Amino acid sequence: MNQHQALYEYLLRLGDNALILGQRLTEWIGHAPALEEELGSANVALDLIGQARGWLAYAGTVEGAGRDEDTLALQRDILDFRNVLLVEQPNGHYGDTIARQYLFDAFHYPLLEALHGSSDQHIAAIAAKSCKEAGYHRRRSAEWMIRLGDGTTESHTKLQRSVDTLWPYTGELFTTDEIDRALQSSGVAADLTAVQQAWDEEVARTLKTATLQRPAAGWMQSGGKQGRHSEQLGYILAEMQFLPRAYPDAHW
Amino acid sequence: MPTGNDSQPAPKVTPTQVCAWLETVTDPEIPVLSIAELGVLRDVQCQAGETVVVITPTYSGCPAMQAIEQAIATQLRRHGVAAFHIHTRLAPPWSSDWITAAGRRKLLEYGIAPPGRAVGCRPAGVGNQPLVACPQCGSTQTARISEFGSTACKALYRCEDCLEPFDYFKCI
Repeated sequence: MNQHQALYEYLLRLGDNALILGQRLTEWIGHAPALEEELGSANVALDLIGQARGWLAYAGTVEGAGRDEDTLALQRDILDFRNVLLVEQPNGHYGDTIARQYLFDAFHYPLLEALHGSSDQHIAAIAAKSCKEAGYHRRRSAEWMIRLGDGTTESHTKLQRSVDTLWPYTGELFTTDEIDRALQSSGVAADLTAVQQAWDEEVARTLKTATLQRPAAGWMQSGGKQGRHSEQLGYILAEMQFLPRAYPDAHW
Repeated sequence: MPTGNDSQPAPKVTPTQVCAWLETVTDPEIPVLSIAELGVLRDVQCQAGETVVVITPTYSGCPAMQAIEQAIATQLRRHGVAAFHIHTRLAPPWSSDWITAAGRRKLLEYGIAPPGRAVGCRPAGVGNQPLVACPQCGSTQTARISEFGSTACKALYRCEDCLEPFDYFKCI
């Protein structure tokens, strides 16, 4: 795989993480437990989908096949998506959504912070912009982790179960393959070892404040970054892509 | 990205003129604020018969950007500018510090608490809350209801003294 192909794949990973998590969050619209949370979920989703647009538009330029961000988001099938498995996990109850969001935000912020220093100026620009938003996302989800974890016996028990269930999907955030390695040597991609260290410290601090137990190290799921997804992604795409696939000439 | 029809001869325009024409272009979500006061208008150049307008989004997913581009295009065409290009620039990323002093005053008059200084805001930390004064009564006894308000750029607050809820323009 040459640098050019690696860059395209890397951009899909960044874009698909934001796109799929953003789409997941929009599922709460009309169903959130409180109006403020409805606004919160919708706004975080809006930020993420805006970020996805930046990454995927650049991916389309790098690919050079005439595909824009809409085509990449709405015309690819499951095997061509490169998001991590964590972001496609179902919303569950609100604690599940918060735990998923927090575990991702705690990764997203240091990742974008690192990419701000990327040798690729387009990546650096999108990352610098997105990083400010990711800071707000992480603050909100961390505060909810603490409120629910250090809340009632029921909210604590439920959130601990959410963290335990989602934990096996966190290992994939930091796995590196030939794409990461090809781009890290040229300073384009982020050093995931440093991102993992920041994540570990941040998550340990929040779990402690939230009186939650860090799950024991164990077997980790992986495959999303290479296009091997859980069955969940199919349902997400079926809803997200229905309209442009059923009515290809439809325009906004 | 709207682009003018350059088949017609271009009239001579200057960046100062263009900026004056664009004073009527506002953010559709905050109609009292021009895009220059908001810090969204970054640059205007008039070279070789072409006008280039550079704008930057406040937030990545800001849905107002398309409406702003269209409003700029409409204004330019109204003043006979046919050859133009509207370019979106991401770097450096928009900061609420770019809102002008006049813009901050207009926000306050409109009932939106203007942002604190982004330097020192440190939004990434839990519990880092800026001191926000109520735009209605000026009290600093305020509480955050939600990190996110009616748009991505605002948070929802409530005044503990006059009990009015209000929007706070977040500092980033």
